[in-house]
Amino acid sequence: MQWEIVIGLEVHTQLSTSSKIFSGASTAFGAEPNTQACAVDLALPGVLPVLNRGAVERAIKFGLAVGAHIAPRSVFSRKNYFYPDLPKGYQISQFDLPIVGQGSLTIQVPTTTAGQTYKKMVRLTRAHLEEDAGKSLHEDFHGMTGIDLNRAGTPLLEIVSEPDMRSAAEAVAYAKMLHTLVRWIGICDGNMQEGSFRCDANVSVRRPGAELGTRREIKNLNSFRFLQQAIEYEAQWQIDTLENGGTIQQATVLFNADIGETRAMRSKEDAHDYRYFPDPDLLPLAIDHEWIEQIRGTLPELPLSKQTRYVADLGLSVYDADTLTSSREMADFFEAALNEVPKEAKLCANWLMGDVSASLNREDRDITQCPISPAQLGGMLKRIADGTISNAAAKEVFKILWNEGGTPDTIIETKGLKQMSDVGAMEAMVDEIIAANPMQVAEYRSGKEKVFGFFVGLAMKASKGKANPAQMNEILKRKLAG
Amino acid sequence: MLNSSLLQLGAALRSKEISSVELTQLYLHRITALNSKLNAYITVNEEMSLAQARAADVQLAQSKTHALTGIPVAQKDIFCAMGWRTTCGSKMLSDFIAPYDAHVIEQFNRVGAVNLGKTNMDEFAMGSSNETSHFGNVKNPWNNNAVPGGSSGGSAAAVSAHLCAAATGTDTGGSIRQPAALCGISGLKPTYGVVSRYGMIAFASSLDQAGPMARSAEDLALLLNVMAGFDERDSTSLQRETEDYTRDLNKPLNGLRIGLPKEFFAAGLSADVAQAIEASIAEYKKLGATVIDISLPNSRLSIPVYYVLAPAEASSNLSRYDGVRYGYRTPEYTNLADMYEKSRAQGFGEEVKRRIMIGTYVLSHGYYDAYYLQAQKIRRLIAQDFVEAFKQCDVIMGPTTPTTAFNLAEKNDDPVQMYLSDIYTIAVNLAGLPGMSIPAGFSGNGLPVGLQIIGNYFDEARMLNVAHQYQQVTDWHTRTPQHIEV
Repeated sequence: MQWEIVIGLEVHTQLSTSSKIFSGASTAFGAEPNTQACAVDLALPGVLPVLNRGAVERAIKFGLAVGAHIAPRSVFSRKNYFYPDLPKGYQISQFDLPIVGQGSLTIQVPTTTAGQTYKKMVRLTRAHLEEDAGKSLHEDFHGMTGIDLNRAGTPLLEIVSEPDMRSAAEAVAYAKMLHTLVRWIGICDGNMQEGSFRCDANVSVRRPGAELGTRREIKNLNSFRFLQQAIEYEAQWQIDTLENGGTIQQATVLFNADIGETRAMRSKEDAHDYRYFPDPDLLPLAIDHEWIEQIRGTLPELPLSKQTRYVADLGLSVYDADTLTSSREMADFFEAALNEVPKEAKLCANWLMGDVSASLNREDRDITQCPISPAQLGGMLKRIADGTISNAAAKEVFKILWNEGGTPDTIIETKGLKQMSDVGAMEAMVDEIIAANPMQVAEYRSGKEKVFGFFVGLAMKASKGKANPAQMNEILKRKLAG
Repeated sequence: MLNSSLLQLGAALRSKEISSVELTQLYLHRITALNSKLNAYITVNEEMSLAQARAADVQLAQSKTHALTGIPVAQKDIFCAMGWRTTCGSKMLSDFIAPYDAHVIEQFNRVGAVNLGKTNMDEFAMGSSNETSHFGNVKNPWNNNAVPGGSSGGSAAAVSAHLCAAATGTDTGGSIRQPAALCGISGLKPTYGVVSRYGMIAFASSLDQAGPMARSAEDLALLLNVMAGFDERDSTSLQRETEDYTRDLNKPLNGLRIGLPKEFFAAGLSADVAQAIEASIAEYKKLGATVIDISLPNSRLSIPVYYVLAPAEASSNLSRYDGVRYGYRTPEYTNLADMYEKSRAQGFGEEVKRRIMIGTYVLSHGYYDAYYLQAQKIRRLIAQDFVEAFKQCDVIMGPTTPTTAFNLAEKNDDPVQMYLSDIYTIAVNLAGLPGMSIPAGFSGNGLPVGLQIIGNYFDEARMLNVAHQYQQVTDWHTRTPQHIEV
C-alpha cells in the first residue's frame, strides 16, 4: 500500500535591514563577538525596544509579493523561555496577530524527466516578524559555553506554509522559489551559509485520503540538499516505523548531515510553555492603506509574472523561462540583452543559459559579476541574427569579449570574422573544389551523400570559416547536383 | 534654606546667596547625619554629586541657567544613572553600575540639576512599605516605628526629612502617591506616557510611570517640566506639545467640579483619614469648588486585576536577571539550569519571587484566558468608569490611602493586607490616568494624611493648580517632622 508524504515548511528569513529590529546596532555578519550588541541587545536593566520601520516595510513587501492580506493591526508578543543566548529571557515575536496573513506561492517542480516540470500552488499560512537570538559557541571554551550576542535582535520574517507539499522535491522547489522571491524583492540576502535563510520542515506520512499523520519537525536546515536529504530520510523512517507497527510521537528532530539521519531532540512532553502575552513595551503595529500602496509601488515585476510573459509573449519553453527567472539579476540581464535583439528571445536565452552560464560557472561567478555586459552580449547576438557572423565566429567574439572586453562590431572588424556572403566568390571556390576532387564528386553523384560533409569542410576551409554556412551549403548542393 | 521652595532655592543660587556646591554639601552633611537612622538612601557618592554641583556653579556664573540648575535632587534607585550603582533595591543588582543614563536622569542633567544620590525602594518597586528592599527598610521620619510607604519610600522619607530639595519616584500601583501620603509630602504620577520609561528599570511596563516627589505642588510642576517630554527610545512615550506645568498654578478654583467616588469613602477607610479628607473637601468648597457624588463601580476589582497583570508583566520583565551577563550569579552551580535556579533564588527576595510565581502562573497555558485576558477586560471597564466620571467632574478626590502609616513589620505576614494599602491608587494606574497626593492633615497619633487628586488624561496642569490653590490656604505641606535637626 502507498504512503503519502505531507510537508509544511517554516522558513526564517533574515531581513536585510542595516540595523536590528528593536535597536540601532548593526546587523552586519562576521564582526568580532559581542561588538554589535548595544544596551538594548544585551537586555541591560531599563532598556526598551523600538521597532525598525525598515523591517516592517520588508514584511509588507513580502506579503504583497505572495498576494497576502497585510494586517492593519498586528501585535508583538513575548515568547518566554530561558536560554543564555536569549538576553531578555523572552523573544519578541508575533503570535496570534501576525503582520502577514494567508497568501500563496506557485512553484515549478522538476520531474524525473530532465527539463520537465509541473506547476503547483502552495498556500502560505502566515508570515510574522520576530527577533533572532544570539549564538551559543560550544567550541574553544574549555568545557564552558561562549555567548555571542551580535545576532541577537536581527530581524527575521518567519514564513509558514500550509502542509501542501507531497514530496521532498516539492519542498525543495518551494524553498527555492521562496529563496528566489525574497532576494528578488530585496528583503533578504538569501545567504544560507550565514544563516540568512533557514528552513524547518514539518513532516508526516499518511495513507492517501486519510487524516493527517503525526508530524515531526526537522529544525534548522540550511541548504536545499540537506532539506531534501532530511525529508527523504525522515519520511522513510516514519513509513518504516508505521509499517513495523510503531507509532509516531510528535517531536522536534535534528538532521545530522554527516550521517544523513534525523534524531529526536525533544518530545512534545518536554515542550516549553512559552507564556505568550502582548509585549507591553510595544504598541500594536498599525499599517494604513497608504503605506501599503506606497510599498506596492516599489515592488518589481515578480518571477511568476515574468515566467508567464516569457512563455506567452517570447515563445520560450517553461524550462527556459524558469531558468531565466531564477534570480532578478538573471532576468534583468536577459531583458537588457534582449533589448538589443528584440526578436531573438530564443537565441538570447540559449546564449545566456549556454555559454554565459558555463563560463560563469567555470570561474565561480554569478551573473552580477559577468565580465560581459548585456549590451555587449546583445550587440553580438545582433550580428548573429543579421548573418554578419557565424555561430563559430560568435564563439570567438564571445571569448574575446569575456577576456579582453571591447565592442562586438570592432572585434568582428579587426579579427576579420565577418561571414562571406559574396555569392560569386563562393561559387568560384566551389567550382575549384569540384574540379580538384573528381573522385569524391563521382561518389556523391552515385548516391553517397555522406561525402557532402567532405565538401562542406573544404569549402569552409577555403573561406577561412567566414562563409555563411547556409549559403555555402546551398551553392554546394546546386553545383554538385551538376 | 531647608524650608525653601525650589523657586526660592533657584533664586538664592542665581543671586549667589549660596552656591550649588554649598547647597549640595549641606544636604550631604544631613544625609551623613541622618541616613543611618532613616535609611532613605542606598547610594551616596559625594564626589560625583559635587562634580555636578561645581559644573552647575559654572553655569550659574555664566547665567546659562534653568529653574533647577544647581538644585540637589534625589533619584529613586530604579533609574539608571551612568557611573552610579543602580540596584533597584535588589541583591540581584547590588553591584550593578549603570553604563548609561535613563531619560529622566538625562533630563535632570541637561538642566544642570545635581544628582544627590540614589534612594531606597522596595525591591524592583514591589511593595507598599519599603520593607522588601535588600538594603533594609526605610523609617518614616514622622515616626520611626512606622513605614514610609513604598515603593518610593526612600524618596518620600528623604523629601520629608529634608535630605534633598526634591526627589523622583515611580508609580506602578501607587508607589509615588502612597509614600507621599504616608510621609506628608506631595507626589504626582503623570498620565501614562508623559515621562519616558527609558532607563527606568521595568516592573510592570504597562503601568509604570515616573513622577516628581516634593514639598509642594509648585515644586512638582517645576520638576515635571524637566521630566516630561517625548522620547523616541520609549515606544509608549507620547508625542505631544511641550507644556509648562506651572502655567495654571494661580488660576482661581471657582466652579471647579470635584467628584467624590462613593467607593473611596466606604468600609475600610479609617476615621482619622476620613475626617482629614472631609475637612480638605470643605476647604475646597470655600475656594469655590462644587462637590458631586460619583461612582467607580468597577474600582473594587482593581486589586485583583492589578495582581494578575502586574505580576504577569513582571515575571517576564525580570527574566533578564539570569546571572549570565550582569548582576548576581550564585558562586557555586553544577550546570546551566542549576545556575539559573540558584542565582534567581538567592538574588531575588520573597516578595519578588512571589510575584514572579503569580505572573508565571497566570500566563501559563490553560490559565491565560481565565486570568490574564479576563483581567485585561476588567481593566478596560475600570478605565471606562473614569471616562464616565469625568463627564460630570473636573477632578476626582478622595483619600490616597485607607490609613496613615502602619507600623514596621505590621503587615509582613499578610501580603493581601499589604496589597490593600494601595486600594485607592491602583485603579488610576490601570486607567493610565494622572494622580497625585498632597498633605491634608494629620491623624490623632500625629501621622500625615494624604489627599488624592485624580485628573483626566493630560490634565496635570489643572491638578497642580487645584493642589497649589489648596496649599495657598493650608499649611499641612509646610509641616516638618521632629528630630530631623542636625
